[in-house]
Order: sequence, then C-alpha cells, then structure tokens
Amino acid sequence: MNLAVKDIQHNLGRFALTVLGIGMLLMIVMGMGGIYRGLVEDATLLLERIGGDLWVVQRDTRGPFAEISRVPRTLAHRLLAVPGVQSAREFVFHTIQRQHEGRPLRMSVLGLSWPQDKGQWLPLVAGRPLAQNHFELIADKTLGLRLHERIQLGKETYTVVGVTSGMASTAGDGMIFVTVWDAQVIQFDAPGEAIRLERAAREHRSRTEDIFLHQPLLAEQLARPTADLPAAASPELSAVVVRIAPGANQEKVASTIASWSDVSVFTKAGQGELLLKGMVDKSRRQLGMFRTLLTIIAAVVMSLILYTLTLDKLHSIALLKLIGAPNRTILGMILQQAIVLGAVGYGIAYLVGQKVFPHFPRRVVLTNEDLLRLAIIVLGISVISSVLGIWKAMRAAPNDALMG
Amino acid sequence: MNDDVLAIETRGISKTYGAGHTEVVALCDASVAIPRGRTVALLGPSGAGKSTFLMAVGLINPPTTGQIAIGGVPVLDGPVALVNLRRFRRKHIGYVFQKSNLIPFLSARENVQVALELNGAPARQARRRAMELLDELGVAPRAENTPAMLSGGEQQRVAIARALANRPSVILADEPTAALDSHRGRQVMELFRDVAHRHGAAAIVVTHDHRTLEVFDAIYQMEDGTITGGLALPTDAYSSP
Ligand SMILES: Nc1ncnc2c1ncn2[C@@H]1O[C@H](COP(=O)(O)OP(=O)(O)OP(=O)(O)O)[C@@H](O)[C@H]1O
Ligand SMILES: [Mg+2]
Repeated sequence: MNLAVKDIQHNLGRFALTVLGIGMLLMIVMGMGGIYRGLVEDATLLLERIGGDLWVVQRDTRGPFAEISRVPRTLAHRLLAVPGVQSAREFVFHTIQRQHEGRPLRMSVLGLSWPQDKGQWLPLVAGRPLAQNHFELIADKTLGLRLHERIQLGKETYTVVGVTSGMASTAGDGMIFVTVWDAQVIQFDAPGEAIRLERAAREHRSRTEDIFLHQPLLAEQLARPTADLPAAASPELSAVVVRIAPGANQEKVASTIASWSDVSVFTKAGQGELLLKGMVDKSRRQLGMFRTLLTIIAAVVMSLILYTLTLDKLHSIALLKLIGAPNRTILGMILQQAIVLGAVGYGIAYLVGQKVFPHFPRRVVLTNEDLLRLAIIVLGISVISSVLGIWKAMRAAPNDALMG
Repeated sequence: MNDDVLAIETRGISKTYGAGHTEVVALCDASVAIPRGRTVALLGPSGAGKSTFLMAVGLINPPTTGQIAIGGVPVLDGPVALVNLRRFRRKHIGYVFQKSNLIPFLSARENVQVALELNGAPARQARRRAMELLDELGVAPRAENTPAMLSGGEQQRVAIARALANRPSVILADEPTAALDSHRGRQVMELFRDVAHRHGAAAIVVTHDHRTLEVFDAIYQMEDGTITGGLALPTDAYSSP
C-alpha cells in the first residue's frame, strides 16, 4: 500500500489545486526560459538564415542591426573585385511602423538583392518567393498579414505573396522581405509636397549657381526624379553581405576589406556577438535574473506547501511510528509526495505552456536541453523543499499520537 | 520460548514527568511479571498512572528508572533502549488506546493492512487477514470507510483489529471498551483473552468496567503510581504481594 498515494487520494481536491498552482508557477519559469532562448535564437537565426561569411558596414559602426550603417551601392561591385569573394549581396534593413487596417503595424524591412536573391532561403509556410522585382512582399506570420493581402507602403501598394514563420528582428518585430530597390523606396519615401519643394529649390540653384550657367544641358536633367540624378547621392545600403569562395582564406579577405578606410568588416560570429552582447544583452540578463528569482520563489512555495502537508499529517506520522513504521517509510511518504507534486506540476506547466506560449507576442523556444534542465531543477527543488517537512516528521515522537 | 518465559516483566520502573516544583511522579517502583497466555486487568482512579505504565511497557515512553523485559528479552534499562524499539514494537506489541487512533486518510481495512505490511506481509495476504480481523470484530461492512465515517465504537474495534493483526506477544489496551456498549465490551474482553490463550500472548487491559472483570486471569490495582495485586504464580517474582 502506498501511503503517499492514499493521502493524496484522501485530499484529492486540495492536492489538485496545489499542484495546479505549482504547475502555473513552473509554467512561468518555463516560459521565462523560453523567451530568453527565443531572444537568443531570434538574433542568431536571423544571421544564420541570411547566411554569408562577412558583413561589410560603414566604417566604425556596429551596423546594420545594432545601429544605422550606410554604405554606397557601388560597394558591392568593389567587393566582388576582391580575390576570394564569391558573392556580395546588397543588404538593406530598417524598421518602420505604419497604420494598417486601423492598427499599428511594426515591421522590419529587409531588402533582398534581386535578381540573385528572391527569398528562396526563407522559411515559407505559405505562398512563394518573390517573382517580380517590384511590389511583392513576403511577410512573417506574426504580422498577421494574409496571403494575397494588399498593403500600402509609401506611395505604392504591395501584395503579400509569401508568409514566413519565425522571422523576427532582435526587437521581436515581424519582418517583411522586398527587393532592395523597393526597400529603399519604402525607406526614402517622401511626400509629394516635399518632392515639389526640393525640385523648386533645385531650379532656384540652377539659376544662381555658375555650373548650370556654363552647362545648360545639366539644367535639363533637373526635372528627373531625385534618385535618378547622376550628381545627387543615390540611396545607400545598410551593409553588404559577402560570401567567401570555397577554399579562399576568410581572414585574408577580411583584412583586405578592412584596410579600406570607408568600411568595417565583421565575421558572422562577430556580428552575432554584436547582437547578443550588445542589443539583447540587457533584456537577456533581465530575463535570466527574473527566471532565477522565480525558481527560488517556486522552491520556497513548494517548501511551504510540503511543510504544511507534513504538519497536517503529523499525528498520522506519530501513529505510524508508534505501530513501528521505520523512518524509511515516513521519509518515503513525504519524498514521494514532493516528487509527485513536482512531477505533476511540471507536466501541467508543459501541457498548459504548449497551449499558451504560441500566443505570446515574442517567440518562446522550448529546447529539449532547457526542458531537461528545468525537470532536473524541479526534481531538486522537490527533494530539497521536502527537507523541512522531513525534519519536522523525524522529530515527531510516537507518543505524540496519544496527545491532544 | 516456553510457557515459563514471562511475556512481560518489569522491575521497579518509575516515571517522573517534569522537574523541580512541577515534578510529577506518575509511576513509582512498579514491578509486574505476566506469563504468556494471561490476560490481566489494570484498575485505578484517574491520574493513577495507568496510561503511563502502559506506555512504558509498550516501549513508547520509557521509564526514568527500572528495567523492562519482553518475552525474556531485556529491552529497556531506564530510558536506555537495549534493542531497536520501533522494530520491537512492530513485531511484538499491539496497542489499543484510550482514544481511537486511526490514520484518517486510510480506510478501516487499510488501517489494519498497513500494520501487517509494515511487518513484511505481502499486500494481498495482508488484505485478506485484515478483512478476517474486521469480520471477527463485526466491522467488515465498514471496511472501505475512512475513520471519519465510523462511529466511536466502530473506530475502536478497527483499532483492536489493528492491534491484533501481527499476532503480538503483548497486547496493551487502554480503556478499549469505553466507547462500546456492555455487550460489545464484554465481547472485546473475551476476544483479548482468547487471543492471549491461543497465541500465548499476554494482555494488559486498563478498564473501569467492573462487570467484565471475571474474564481476566488476574487484576492489578494502581494508585498514585504504585501497583498492587496481581498473579499468584511461581514465576511471579517481582509483583507486590
Ligand atoms: N506528559 C505528561 N507531562 C506531565 N505530567 C503527566 C504527563 N502525562 C501524564 N502526566 C501525569 O501523570 C499522572 C498519571 O497520568 P496517567 O495518564 O498515567 O493517568 P491514568 O491513570 O491513565 O488516568 P486516566 O484514568 O484519567 O486516563 C497524572 O498526574 C498526569 O497528570
Ligand atoms: Mg489514561
């Protein structure tokens, strides 16, 4: 006969409520760990999925994710000329917040370097990669955009042709993917009035500055769109992602590029470091602290519960000692209840978590390793927290059963 | 063991509770010798020290001084245990207390069964024997009820079943029939006597019920911690005249 189980059966309602409470607490601990893991994973996954070996950014910046970086479009061509570079992809990345169907929509825009990159590498759950170089976009499902939905960005309307899952920026904003050209149009979109004012200012300069008087043909060009003007600066990229040719020495390529005075180079690992140590470090540490505190709280709560469960049984324990039950029987009863409490609580945490975590705004990643670690911690807590109860039980004298 | 061996033998046991001006001498130089197969009654006014004596003999609350031997084995010398008391209790002693003392989260049957299982009986066998005992005491119909659902008398009978479960060589009962009607009370006393006779056990029963006294082989009187009366037997070396 298992005394622990009999006692639980006798107080089933109370035990169920207790275990539910513990389960919820453990679920939060589990979720906290999952958010922590999700944060790290979002950051590394992004780099992993984008691929590439070297990130070339504006000199002395830590871009393009941690801060703004601007490099000229021509950089990609220059990089292609470096021996050992297999490909150099233009990379545009920025975050916008627009109103869509009455709700704020915060998205990170990532430019794909058309036509080499149509987004084939994206984890699509619906739709297809880009098929034309304009007005198509792929959106992450966290943004809540449906396939074939149309969305106005700047002066153009874009159609959602693909949906990804798990593509979020380090801030947790869902990503959209368009061609680099479209990304720049979205980024540098100016209202019509601003363009008219700029054009008027240009015409004014053409009448006052010497260069236009000497070269009348140049003045004719002024009517063209700003971005097309040869003299005006063309929109810039955030970075260029370089892939090293097989067999080439990455360090050598990197040092060649680093010697250019207008750019800085990071390896993929270096870029990952920037994300983890820089951007998400504080939230990561915050979550870590919170998780540790919650674990301690769970341990304290479980100790108290097991202690009161034992106090309630003290008379029975004294009686068991009286009829000759060895300490092992009594210890076993308390320990088994502690472990049942921990195990069932953990099970509830896991099952409820499976239902609840997907609705969290940020990704919650439950890795097997983390789950196992938590399981071991819960087991440890169960055993440690029963110590107080066991201590009390061991002090119960057989003749306590005859008092009161 | 043969019948010459004393089931219970105490030599000058005393018990003092507290110290200084709160000191209470509950037991004073009490010596008894009870052979196997005998049932004795212990009478005395309230506060005489009957329960204290029973708890000392039952190895629950050791005496301050004096020796106790059970089945010829010295088990206590003053407060010093000479054997593993808990194991000894489990194997050799069955208790019924003044208040019924059942485990609230176990059914009547399980309360009896647990005592058997603690002594190493396999679950199925323990279960069968528990049912037999409950049947013998007339509480088999309530076997699956928890103590809270039983009347005081029924609880007491379950406690008696538990006390007899392991066929103890010593049965100690502290007013076991207080919650029973006189008919049931007499039945229980006879049961103790029969069990003692059949299994060569010794029973000490504290009682206030003078109508059942003829069931016993001997009667001890207790007053202010001192025991008088008892058996007139050749081996009876330590009991007072
Ligand atoms: N734990 C204790 N601490 C101090 N004094 C105690 C304790 N237990 C019993 N006593 C005292 O010892 C004396 C004997 O008590 P005991 O319980 O043995 O009497 P009893 O004969 O069983 O009485 P009753 O018939 O009322 O059950 C009493 O004076 C009692 O107050
Ligand atoms: Mg008493």
